[in-house]
Amino acid sequence: MRRGIAATALVASLALTATACGGDGAEGGKSASGKLSGTVTWWDTSTVGSEDKVFKKLAEGFTALHPDVKVNYVNVPFGEAQNKFKNAAQSGSGAPDVIRSEVAWTPEFADLGYLAPLDGTPALTSDEDFLPQAAASTEYDGKTYAVPQVIDSMGIFYNKRVFQEAGVRPPASIAELKSVAKKIKDKTGKTGLYLRGDDAYWFLSFLYGEGGNLVDVEKKQITVDNPAGVKAMEVVEDLVDSGAAKTDATDGWNNMQTAFKDGKVAMMINGPWAVTDTYAGKEFADRSNLGIVPVPAGSGGQGAPQGGHNLAVYAGSENLDASYAFVEYMTSAESQATVAEDLSLLPTRSSVYDEPSVSGNEMVAFFKPVVDKAVERPWIPEGGSLFAPLLTEYTKVLTGQTTPQKGAEAVGEAYRKLLKDWK
Amino acid sequence: MAVHTSGQSAAEAAEPGRARGRRRDSAGAPGRFRRGLSTHWYAWTMVAPVVIVIGVIIGYPLVRGVYLSLTDADERNVERSIGVNHLPATYEFVGLGNYADALTGSQFLGTLGWTLVWTVSCVAVTFGLGLALANILHRRIAGRSFYRMMLILPWAVPGFVSVFAWRFLYNEDNGLLNKILAGGGIDAVPWLNDPLWAKFSVIAVNVWLGVPFMMVALLGGLQSIPGELYEAAEMDGANAWQRFRSITMPGLRSVSTTVVLLSTIWTFNMFPVIFLLTRGGPGEATQILVTQAYKFSFEISPRDFAQSSTWGVLILVLLMVFAAVYQRVLRKQGETW
Repeated sequence: MRRGIAATALVASLALTATACGGDGAEGGKSASGKLSGTVTWWDTSTVGSEDKVFKKLAEGFTALHPDVKVNYVNVPFGEAQNKFKNAAQSGSGAPDVIRSEVAWTPEFADLGYLAPLDGTPALTSDEDFLPQAAASTEYDGKTYAVPQVIDSMGIFYNKRVFQEAGVRPPASIAELKSVAKKIKDKTGKTGLYLRGDDAYWFLSFLYGEGGNLVDVEKKQITVDNPAGVKAMEVVEDLVDSGAAKTDATDGWNNMQTAFKDGKVAMMINGPWAVTDTYAGKEFADRSNLGIVPVPAGSGGQGAPQGGHNLAVYAGSENLDASYAFVEYMTSAESQATVAEDLSLLPTRSSVYDEPSVSGNEMVAFFKPVVDKAVERPWIPEGGSLFAPLLTEYTKVLTGQTTPQKGAEAVGEAYRKLLKDWK
Repeated sequence: MAVHTSGQSAAEAAEPGRARGRRRDSAGAPGRFRRGLSTHWYAWTMVAPVVIVIGVIIGYPLVRGVYLSLTDADERNVERSIGVNHLPATYEFVGLGNYADALTGSQFLGTLGWTLVWTVSCVAVTFGLGLALANILHRRIAGRSFYRMMLILPWAVPGFVSVFAWRFLYNEDNGLLNKILAGGGIDAVPWLNDPLWAKFSVIAVNVWLGVPFMMVALLGGLQSIPGELYEAAEMDGANAWQRFRSITMPGLRSVSTTVVLLSTIWTFNMFPVIFLLTRGGPGEATQILVTQAYKFSFEISPRDFAQSSTWGVLILVLLMVFAAVYQRVLRKQGETW
């Protein structure tokens, strides 16, 4: 009997705390004098061990401007952040105030109602300064739901020393990539290219290179299974089968970085987010050993995906005012300049590129024109949903479980289920 | 002590009471029920918290899962409340449509096929190895308790820790297994990158994790077989194999039926091994029913709660059918289970 009472009491007290939590919104926010207070929790998704230190320091610098606000920096691994945020946002407990949202996630989160619109809030200041392609991913249904933090694209990272040893020059096309890889293998015994097989994002530059795309937003068409899509699948399959590239179905990021940093592979396709981590490798103690060229051109020309990250505010945040101010601070020209200098990540404000410290950065100087030419991804709520079906078939093609034709068709079929009224 | 006895009487009271109540509904059950309540009210009160807790933590999710499987609920139409925004649920009842889709599509049946291969091979190998080890450790050999302890170790380590350790071992370029093979001049094996090897690898890890349980349970069974039987058989001139066939196997019967049933259910739903080792990959080569159901509900977007629940209910039904058939077969063979 006593246990029953205890249980009832427990349930009752839990219910009480729950309501207390829900009802208490006055803890943080703005006091009468306009001073910000409370805590801002930020979920960062940057690479642990290299980028996270800089971002943590930068985020905590917000306290210097607003002494009453405490910044709670949390690094969530990039691969888990999308799901973790969805879980927390839907249940309404444990969600951060500010999330670093990948560009494709932003319209999806906004569509689900998880993000606070930022138009007219302090989060968006001097927004005409943002690069138009960076700002495109922050808009959904006529409103702005995020502020662009960094922008990126991809290129071939190569080990200059190995290239010299093999007497080859960086490849400009898929055919050159194959012949270069073969020469490297013959002369040095190393593998030419590491191609990530556990993340379909690495497939995009081959797809764009053949002139294909996942979907055509304007025509509302699914294009992944057209001849260009099939051709792209054939290209990656051939790269792996011919031994020009090696791949893994699990742990791709770590294996790629380890292999490249230790000089076991001569090339990898990667973006600015990998630069700081790569510099930490023993092959790149001398930073000038790292070379970078645009992704290899396919039969349809050259094309790398445009990516990047935005900062978005959770609609259920109990401290919206401080969160807006935090987003503004993190995306300000000064903050972006710091990030560009320390981490070689590309600013989203055009004015930052004029700073000598930024324009003098070799990686930024390389990636800026690449980003300008990069292929824009579909900024639709389903944008983040397109990768799961693609990844399954992409890995199947690379591991020989299906043919490029069947793989591309299966992806198209999955997309047609996802985008119901599309062709 | 007092609590213990009353708990027992509660269980006794609850079971026959329910069975009788059902059977004799027409023959004045209410009086009996009322009398039972007045005599055993204390017992009923004692079990009430347990019943309520089980109802909340098992009953509610179960009912909710079955309900969701009959709707088209996904991430975009379920009820959400985010801060001041409140979005009501807009999903609709679709009847058995999800079940029809699952059972007629190739995905469920394909995944079920591999799940069965996985379960049968895991249970068979685990049982075989467990039986062999139990027999070895049942003998008086030097350092017996040390071996027993070492063999229980996989069980003592938290499952996810061992699975992560295995994942490092399996790494194609930097893993210990391939380094050892390279020392012997053997080419690197794509443990988790080739569909067939990945299947082998996940089964191997699950066997490694499952053997201690089998071994301990069967060792217990072995120790309960009276030694006189073996002595008598030896006197009669039975050889080792005959003793094993005619004494050990029948003696282990009750233990082994139970552990095989448990092991089958656990393996069928062995989420952590598959999820942490391969995430169902490469492609979908090692995806079993539970990991695929998880994928529907948490990895794809929009999250498909309806399909995930449908698969969940189908898994439950499959396991219940299996348990029922298994029980019936055993009963036919004269086992009381």
